[in-house]
Amino acid sequence: MSDAVHGPDQVTGATPDNVIRNADRAARSDDGPVLAADGRPLKQSLNRALRTQKLRALALIAPLLLFIIVTFIAPIADMLFRSVENEIVSETLPRTIVALEGWDGGGAPDEEVYRALAADLVVASELKNHTRVGSRLNYETTGISSLFRQTGRDVDEIGEIHADQFIELDPAWEEPATWVALMGDEGWIERQADWKDRKDAAEAEQEAAETRVERRALDFTEPEPRFRLSETAQQALPRTARIYAQFAQVIQAEESDSPTEEEPWNIVYQALYEDLSAGQGQGYEGRLSELVSEARDAVTGFEDQDIKTYFIEEIDEDWADPKIWGTIDAFSDRYTAGYFLSAIDMQLTPQGIEPQPEGQQIYGLLFQRTMFMSLTIMFSCILLGYPVAFLLSNLPLRTSNLLMILVLLPFWTSLLVRTSAWKVLLQEQGVINDILVWIGLVGDGNRLQLINNQTGTIIAMTHILLPFMILPLYSVMKTIPPQYVRAARSLGATPWTAFWRVYFPQSVPGIGAGCILVFILSIGYYITPELVGGTTGTFISNRIAYHISSSLNWGLAAALGSILLALVLVLYYLYDRIVGIDNVSLG
Amino acid sequence: MTAESAANNGEMPVLDTQAGHAFVEFDRVQKSYDGETLVVKDLNLSIGKGEFLTMLGPSGSGKTTCLMMLAGFESATHGEIRLDGREINNIPPHKRGIGMVFQNYALFPHMTVAENLAFPLEVRRIGKADREQKIARALDMVQMGDFGGRRPAQLSGGQQQRIALARALVFEPELVLMDEPLGALDKQLRETLQFEITRLAHDLGITVVYVTHDQTEALTMSDRVAVFDDGRIQQLAAPDILYERPENSFVAQFIGENNTLRGVVTRLDRETCVVRLDGTGEEIDALPVNVSGEGDRTLVSIRPERVELDPALGPGAHTLEAEVLEFVYMGDVFRTRLSVAGREDFVVKTRNRADQRRLAPGEKVKIGWLPQDCRALDPR
Repeated sequence: MSDAVHGPDQVTGATPDNVIRNADRAARSDDGPVLAADGRPLKQSLNRALRTQKLRALALIAPLLLFIIVTFIAPIADMLFRSVENEIVSETLPRTIVALEGWDGGGAPDEEVYRALAADLVVASELKNHTRVGSRLNYETTGISSLFRQTGRDVDEIGEIHADQFIELDPAWEEPATWVALMGDEGWIERQADWKDRKDAAEAEQEAAETRVERRALDFTEPEPRFRLSETAQQALPRTARIYAQFAQVIQAEESDSPTEEEPWNIVYQALYEDLSAGQGQGYEGRLSELVSEARDAVTGFEDQDIKTYFIEEIDEDWADPKIWGTIDAFSDRYTAGYFLSAIDMQLTPQGIEPQPEGQQIYGLLFQRTMFMSLTIMFSCILLGYPVAFLLSNLPLRTSNLLMILVLLPFWTSLLVRTSAWKVLLQEQGVINDILVWIGLVGDGNRLQLINNQTGTIIAMTHILLPFMILPLYSVMKTIPPQYVRAARSLGATPWTAFWRVYFPQSVPGIGAGCILVFILSIGYYITPELVGGTTGTFISNRIAYHISSSLNWGLAAALGSILLALVLVLYYLYDRIVGIDNVSLG
Repeated sequence: MTAESAANNGEMPVLDTQAGHAFVEFDRVQKSYDGETLVVKDLNLSIGKGEFLTMLGPSGSGKTTCLMMLAGFESATHGEIRLDGREINNIPPHKRGIGMVFQNYALFPHMTVAENLAFPLEVRRIGKADREQKIARALDMVQMGDFGGRRPAQLSGGQQQRIALARALVFEPELVLMDEPLGALDKQLRETLQFEITRLAHDLGITVVYVTHDQTEALTMSDRVAVFDDGRIQQLAAPDILYERPENSFVAQFIGENNTLRGVVTRLDRETCVVRLDGTGEEIDALPVNVSGEGDRTLVSIRPERVELDPALGPGAHTLEAEVLEFVYMGDVFRTRLSVAGREDFVVKTRNRADQRRLAPGEKVKIGWLPQDCRALDPR
């Protein structure tokens, strides 16, 4: 009983509350902070006293918190991050993207861009990355995947003509040692030589060993020191140095081989030609400077190859299509809104954001359908669940317990079994149609289509989610004393008025809880719509599942999931504003 | 109840004889929930217009069932209930026009005080202006005029009960039922509200049927009290008669504190009888109330405040030897427990006067009383 209320039976004088309040007032009147008995500020003492309690509380929830963070929050955050992450394009095609910056978007780009693309794709195809970036870009423009795959097969031809010419000029260009001396960092060359000596020594020793066990023990497992580029080469021949470094890296990491023993890719000769014909290597003073200057003098006489033409005519004419280049350009950033745009039927083009073509707009429709069906399921659950919960809460305990078991029975049955049961019941030759035909309501010729459409999903999901409506309703109704309705009746209300004006408003918290549960569960439901929904009765979650497991477009799946999550949160917020979340009661 | 006392009940004027003027009538009403036992057995009761009648009894005695039948929430298994001469057995509760106050107030938690009070008026389709005026008057009546905008949860228990009362009165019913309305309140508050309810009832001239298991409440508030036990009315009488002249041992023991001595009737006249007490074989005079013949076993009832210590009561008064077992100081009275005629629960209450003796345990003392205060009842 609150004695802050002034009324006839207001309590004054020394009730415990008043004593505390007066003491409080006295302590506050001298303008300082309230002090505890030992002179420290009361707040500080209180915090100290409560600290142990708080720590203990934290320790109690810590295991669960940790578990949730590791198994739930972190994966979800990672998944949601994928909806904007787009590093693969800029990581796989770095040269192309830089070269494309000057492209105006109309027509095919310049020769320079094709050269950059050739270098990027050679590296990518050695690393088997070109198919990945191809499938990524294929989400945006169909056909790119196969284009990239095919290009990956043909691209190592590029530069062959230059390789031949350089080798013809001086066979030393064929020697891996020449390249190592030209490109390698001095320190690395020494370390590599040292490593090689030790390796040879170890192999010799192994050769001398008598038993197989001994031989195995002498295996030389130390990897070759990682290739390092010489700075001189980097400055004098930048393109060549860059591609050679990548070549060395691929040889070492992917093929466990040594650059000292492998002839470089054709594209390296192409880069060297480009460097030298562009006038680079002028001031090259390092090792083999004679070889380089000889080559530099010679390149002017070399036969060149037009790479743009090669791409378009030899590999695929699609490389002339500005749409392909527009897609690469639009998705060159490390982060992209592209997935989210796709999720709302828009697309990112070089000209900006545009709606998807009519025929490809499916997500808006799916979101609408998901909302509509979830709402329908929710309302059917209220309609079917409310009377049952009302009956349950007004029956004697023994009977209501028995009925409650019947309500809970679906909970204990496998979801798949229940859904399959609905398939049996609802199909065209199924039990329900048979009965309808038998009693003559429906002609044998036009049996009702109850499954593989929205009707099927709504029927099956209403059944499956009904307990989630009945349980919170029941637990709220159980707490409404019958006295209220009696009081209303005695005050002159008809049974309906007493129910509608007195009972129903008090059961609203239960309806609220049930609605939130059913709606949120159904908006993300997957299995049942998948099995009975056919094509028109599926939810957005089915599409998400498709992108996760079949099309492997995880970014789009993540974007759709994020939108779904945001949608639920917005609805939850609106619900809080309109009904008030305090009004939700689970019992 | 024994057959003998039941026979005696038949002679007692339980049925109010002024049936012509009765406002509420129970006529041979029976009620059974399970078809095997009767919760209310053959109830006959007439309540006059403007009367404040209390149904008093232990829990399970059938009093609340009677109230619920009158309100229309339970149906009578047999018999007729009449309101203002009209049979109401088959009229649903909302058409009976009976106000009701519940034990736990039953204020609608989702409505403000004013909305709660407006409810009975709205369902009667009373216009807004009229409604507001009636609500204001009802709130003033229970001194809660400023509380119209509050919600029930913001009020104290006493305040909620005032509102519940105002709600039961706001549509001006002629009959108001109250089901232990003060049961959840503390003692002081209960006393204030007891007074207010009786004042309101008399001022408004309404008929009140009040159910309680608190005998003090019943005695202080009512015009008449119906004492229920075992599905029957044991005695229906004004409070003073009920207290001073209980008709059977149940009423004697249920209402107020009571000393009982067991014995056998040895001589029975019209005005007096002689009872030989079980413990010591002493014979005492008593007023025959519920005994039928010599040789009957009986239970003699004497109120603790009617017993005198060291009596000088004059002729006819009986004196007995007693030993003090316990002396309790209670402020306005002293409560002395004595051992009398072999029983150790004999209590004497004496007023705290300047010259009153304070007895010490172990002391021997003489006690006595007037024969007319000593009632020989059924032995039960």
